[in-house]
Amino acid sequence: MRSQEYRDQCSSLLVGLILAVSTIWGISAHAQGLSTPREVRVFDTPSDAGGGLTVVWAPAAYDGPTVEYQVLLREKSDPPSAMKVVGTFPADTHYVRTTKLPWWTRPAAQDFHLYEVKSSKEVEVKNGVKYEVAVAATKTGERAESGVGEAVPDPNWINWNQMNNFVLVMLFGSLVFASIRTAKRREIFLRRIPGLDAVDEAIGRATELGKPILYLTGAGDMSEPSTIAAAVILGRVAKRVASYETDLLVPHRDPIVMAVCQEITKQSYLEAGKPDVFKEDSNFFITTDQFSYTAAVDGIMLRRKPAANFFMGSYFAESLLLTETGASTGAIQIAGTDSDHQLPFFVTTCDYTLIGEELYAASAYLSREPIQVGTLRGQDLGKAFILGVLVLGTLLATAGVLFSTDLPAAVLDLFRDLK
Amino acid sequence: MNFLRRQLPLLITFAMGVVFACQYYVPHPASELMLTTVTKWLQIIGGFALVLGVTSLFHLHAGKIRRQEPGWGYSGVLYLSMLATIVVGLGYSLSSQQWVLGQETINGARTAFGWIYTFMMVPLQGTMFAILAFFIASAAYRSFRARSREAAVLLIAAIIVMMGRVPLGEFLVPISGDVTLWIMNVLNASVRRAILIGISLGAIALSIKIIFGIERAYLGGGKE
Repeated sequence: MRSQEYRDQCSSLLVGLILAVSTIWGISAHAQGLSTPREVRVFDTPSDAGGGLTVVWAPAAYDGPTVEYQVLLREKSDPPSAMKVVGTFPADTHYVRTTKLPWWTRPAAQDFHLYEVKSSKEVEVKNGVKYEVAVAATKTGERAESGVGEAVPDPNWINWNQMNNFVLVMLFGSLVFASIRTAKRREIFLRRIPGLDAVDEAIGRATELGKPILYLTGAGDMSEPSTIAAAVILGRVAKRVASYETDLLVPHRDPIVMAVCQEITKQSYLEAGKPDVFKEDSNFFITTDQFSYTAAVDGIMLRRKPAANFFMGSYFAESLLLTETGASTGAIQIAGTDSDHQLPFFVTTCDYTLIGEELYAASAYLSREPIQVGTLRGQDLGKAFILGVLVLGTLLATAGVLFSTDLPAAVLDLFRDLK
Repeated sequence: MNFLRRQLPLLITFAMGVVFACQYYVPHPASELMLTTVTKWLQIIGGFALVLGVTSLFHLHAGKIRRQEPGWGYSGVLYLSMLATIVVGLGYSLSSQQWVLGQETINGARTAFGWIYTFMMVPLQGTMFAILAFFIASAAYRSFRARSREAAVLLIAAIIVMMGRVPLGEFLVPISGDVTLWIMNVLNASVRRAILIGISLGAIALSIKIIFGIERAYLGGGKE
């Protein structure tokens, strides 16, 4: 009797188990069956130069490596049969979060899918033409296609992704102007820059020895800030050279830089009250070719034996060829460059080197004008700000990883370089 | 006159500076077209400015020859080679019966201009570049003499990096590869980035000063 009851109970349990398993299996099978992609939206790609459409749609339960999404496109005026596949990819890829868009321009939630349709070999996306776009989910033997969405690609006038960059530049600009105002009201301390203190020493030495001073403005043209800085420093140096009545040699690689430097030098001699000492030939052009110029300047160094060599501006492979030759002649050498890859050569072979920003600070240091000094203070405040952001960013990024949260990205996005 | 010499250039600088600073944030093709056009203008102006440069070169060396300054023979060589290259480069090729106009080859045959470039300019440039190897050695010798604490640190770091970068060095001291990577990726990269941040801020500050007319020395000094 008991064994009969036991058998009945076991049978009921077995039936129940089979029912439960088949129910779960059924639900699972239903979940993995393809349904049409939901919440499909098509629109002109924002912040682009045109020729692009963006399509976003909601994630589905079946998203995985075995399922693929296809993005289909046709011109509105074409027949429906002209709809062609412009993109195919696994269903667990192409999310909003993987596009690296900042939070202020994300078109949908981070877990939504996003695909950008751009002109390629297969398809041309023309501005001002209306297109129809659909998304299809495909799996072996199965296919589910969404309804079509319409959009017209157009070029945009503002790249909203870069607005953080714009705001930061504005902030830094305001900081510089505020610092200039402060500098006009009270004196601002400037730390010593030995390389610039040595300018007078170098000019004095050249005067004592009756030898010329060689000043190079680098390899750049007038569109480079480092060349402009070099030209500005030339003005200050030329003024002192003029007062000592020492010879100045400024060989150039760029004719426009030469013309600008001629004007600057002439003005400096005028301001020093020595216009009669000014020589039109002190600034002269050699060649635009890198090594021909180097050979010519090396020749000048060896023949004229200048007592002081100034290397300001941007330099490339010629830096060591110039400075090593200068060092072999026993001249005082002062370099200032923003070419970070050439800094080791200058540090090795020159007596003084203005590293990076010191080149830009030189003008303020030599003139001591409040406006110039104020700009320097603005730069220092900017650096302090960046330092703070670096520390905060490191802490936030670490916290984000430790607590598996995207929240710090809201702050980190503000300081990212976005295109 | 003062307007043409001072205010007009400052106005142009301000307008162009603001427009092209904003251009960076405008993806529209019209903005790209504007940038391309202005870049072409710059190239054209640069071409005309080259005439200025060559005139300066001729003028300078003519003076040296006339005054027979020490080394005036080099100026003579410069004059000769420059005139010969211009004549050969722009002249008429008798062998191919057409104008050379700066072409290095005509119908597959090398022109005299091409010969000068290939067999004179290129080897001379190569020679100058090759000298760099010896200069690096002599500069390294001077800076690696451990006369101060900083020089000693530089010497030790350089030896480790050299060992790590040469297969034999890494074979002899296996750890040198990892230490080199650490020196380059941590110490070197962080210092380099710090320098780059300073340079960028300095360049932006200088640009702001120029755009707003605070820095005018590049116009030829003066504060008026």
